[in-house]
Amino acid sequence: MTQLNTFRAGPDETGHFGIYGGQFVAETLMPLILELNEAYESSKKDPEFAAQLSGLLKHFVGRESPLYFAERLTEHYGGAKIYLKREDLNHTGAHKINNCMGQILLAMRMGKKRIIAETGAGQHGVATATVAARFGLKCAIYMGETDIERQKPNVFRMKLLGAEVIPVTSGSRTLKDALNEALRDWVTNVADTFYIIGTVAGPHPYPELVRDFQNVIGEETRRQMMAQEGRLPDTLLACIGGGSNAMGLFHPFLDDDSVEMIGVEAAGHGIETGQHAASLNGGTPGILHGNRTYLLQDEDGQITEAHSISAGLDYPGIGPEHAWLNDIGRVKYVNATDSEALEAFQLCCKLEGIIPALESAHALAHLETLAPSLPKDHLIVINLSGRGDKDIFTVADALGVEL
Amino acid sequence: MSETRIDRRFAALKAEGRAAFVTYVMAGDPNYDASLEVVKGLPAAGADIIEVGLPFTDPMADGPAIQQAGLRALAAGATLRSTLKLISDFRKTDDDTPIVLMGYYNPIYAYGVDSFLEDALKAGVDGLIVVDLPSEEDEELCIPALKAGLNFIRLATPTTDDHRLPTVLANSSGFLYYVSIAGTTGAAAPKPSDVAVALERIRKTAKLPIAVGFGIRTGAQAAEIARIADGAVVGTALVEQIALGTDDQDAVKRLLALATEISDGIKSVRKN
Repeated sequence: MTQLNTFRAGPDETGHFGIYGGQFVAETLMPLILELNEAYESSKKDPEFAAQLSGLLKHFVGRESPLYFAERLTEHYGGAKIYLKREDLNHTGAHKINNCMGQILLAMRMGKKRIIAETGAGQHGVATATVAARFGLKCAIYMGETDIERQKPNVFRMKLLGAEVIPVTSGSRTLKDALNEALRDWVTNVADTFYIIGTVAGPHPYPELVRDFQNVIGEETRRQMMAQEGRLPDTLLACIGGGSNAMGLFHPFLDDDSVEMIGVEAAGHGIETGQHAASLNGGTPGILHGNRTYLLQDEDGQITEAHSISAGLDYPGIGPEHAWLNDIGRVKYVNATDSEALEAFQLCCKLEGIIPALESAHALAHLETLAPSLPKDHLIVINLSGRGDKDIFTVADALGVEL
Repeated sequence: MSETRIDRRFAALKAEGRAAFVTYVMAGDPNYDASLEVVKGLPAAGADIIEVGLPFTDPMADGPAIQQAGLRALAAGATLRSTLKLISDFRKTDDDTPIVLMGYYNPIYAYGVDSFLEDALKAGVDGLIVVDLPSEEDEELCIPALKAGLNFIRLATPTTDDHRLPTVLANSSGFLYYVSIAGTTGAAAPKPSDVAVALERIRKTAKLPIAVGFGIRTGAQAAEIARIADGAVVGTALVEQIALGTDDQDAVKRLLALATEISDGIKSVRKN
C-alpha cells in the first residue's frame, strides 16, 4: 500500500472516505443524487459560479468573519494564546449560511423550484429560509417537535422569512427524525425539490460539497493568522454534531503537519450515562441517512436517541470524513458535558462580551483542559460557530432562572 | 445460481396464468406470537409470496403506517435475531411459500453480513430487499447474498429511467419490485394506466417477473394491477389492520380477512 501524501483528496469516486461515506439511499433518490453530483462537478469548473458565490458571501453574509484575539480568555487560562474565529458574526448568526448559499446557487443551476431542509437548533433552518427568501424559492423546513419547543425564536424567524415549518412527530422528535422526514419529502417530490442538507453527512456528494462550501472558514483563518502572527496556528478547536463547522475549519489545514486539530463532541450528561451525543467516543460504525459512519446504536443496529443540551449537537451520527479522520488519527476527538458547556458559555459572556451558541460553548469548554499547560506562544483557534441569543431560554432554564 | 422458492413460485403462477399476491407484514408486530400467527395464516389467505419486514428505528422510505408497525415491533422486543426465528418457526409447517426479508441495512450490518447470510439461509429466507442498498453499494451485501444462493430483489421507481434501469437490473434476481409512485410506502394509489406504460418500458430491458407495489389497498385495485403485472404487492393496508385490531386475535383476524379479499381480486384475473 502506498503512503497517503495528502489528507485532502477524499472522497474517492464512489464517495468513500476509507470505509465511511457512500450512497446508502432508496433507489428513487439515486438518479437525483447522481444528477446533483454532476451539477456540483460542473459548478466547480465554472468561474462564474465561484464569483457569484464569493460576491454573495461578502455582501450578503458579511464575510470575511474576524479572527479575534480573545485577550481575557487567554489571560484567564494563563497559557496558550486564544483566537476566536467569529462565525457568529455572519448574517443569521452562524456558519450554516456559508453552505446554504452554495447549495441554493446549485439548486437554481439545476432548475429546482422548491427547497427543503432539516434543522435541529434552527440555525440551519433559518439560514436555509434566508437564502430561499433571498432568491424567491419556496421553502419547507422539517423540525422535530421537541426542538420546536426549545428553539421557539428560530421557529418564528423561519416563518417571518416565509418558510413553512413542518413539525416532526415521529421517533424521538429531534434532528434525526427531521432528517428522516425531509428524506421522505424528497422521495415524494423528486421532480422540483432540492434538499439542502445542513451538515457534512448524508449520501455522497453531500459530505464533500458541504465541506467545500464551509472551507471558507479555514481558508480565511489561515490568511488571517499569517497576517496577525506571521505563522500557522498550532491547535484548531471546534465543536462537532454532524461536524460541518469543524470540517470547514480543519480541512484547509489537514496537510499541515504542525497543526493539531481537536473536535469536541457533546457528552450530554456524561458518556458513561449513555445520555450523550458523542458518536465517535460512544458509538460504533453503522449505516444511517445515506452514509456509513459512527452511530449511536444498540447491538441490534437500532439507532438510539442522542442527548445534548444543545439542539444543534443532538444527533446520533457524525460526518463520514470525521469518522475517517478519527480512525487514521489525524484529528483528535474529545468531548464536553452539558454542564461543562454551560460553564464555558457563561465565562465567554463575562470575559469576552460574546454570547456564544451552546454548540460552540462545547469547543470553548475544552480550553480548561487544553490551554493552561501550553506555552504562551502556542496559538489556538476556536471556531465560534454561532451566536447564543437563541439559547438564552435553555440556559436560563438550566441555571434555574425565571425570565 | 440454483432456483429459489421465488423462482419456482413465479414459474408455477405463470403456468397457472395468474399474477402473484405478494404480502408485506412487519416481523414481531404487534408481538412475536401474533406476528407468527399472521405469517402462518397468510398462505391460506392467498399469499403467494411473503415479505417479512425487518423492524428499524429510522425507516426513511416508509410512510407512517409501516413506521408505526416497526416501532410497535421494536417495543415488543423484536430484533433481527427474533425475525429470523419467526421465519424458521414458519418454515416448520410451510416449506413452499417464498419468504423475502425486507428492511434497511444497518441491523444486518450490525449482525455481520457473513453470519447474517448463514443464519438467514438456515432460517429459510429466499430473498432480500434492502431499501437503502442501491446498485452503487452492491459489494456490501448484494454480491455476497447472490453467492450464498439468495435472491436479491431490487426496486425500480418512476425515477428509474432507461439510462438507470440496466444498473438496477444488474445483480438483481427473483423479481423486480416496481414502486408505482415516487413517495413513501402507503402514500397514494397508482394510476393503472401510468403503471402499464412504465411496465411496457421496463419489460423491454427486464427479463425478471415484475411485481408492482405502493398504494394498493383493495381487491379491486389489486385486480387492476394483476392484469398488467406479474404480481401485486400489498403492505400498508395489511399492516394498518394490526393498529385497528381491538386485541391481538382481532388484529390477526382483520389482517387475514383483508388479505383474503385482496387475494380474491387478484385470482379473479386470468391471463391464459
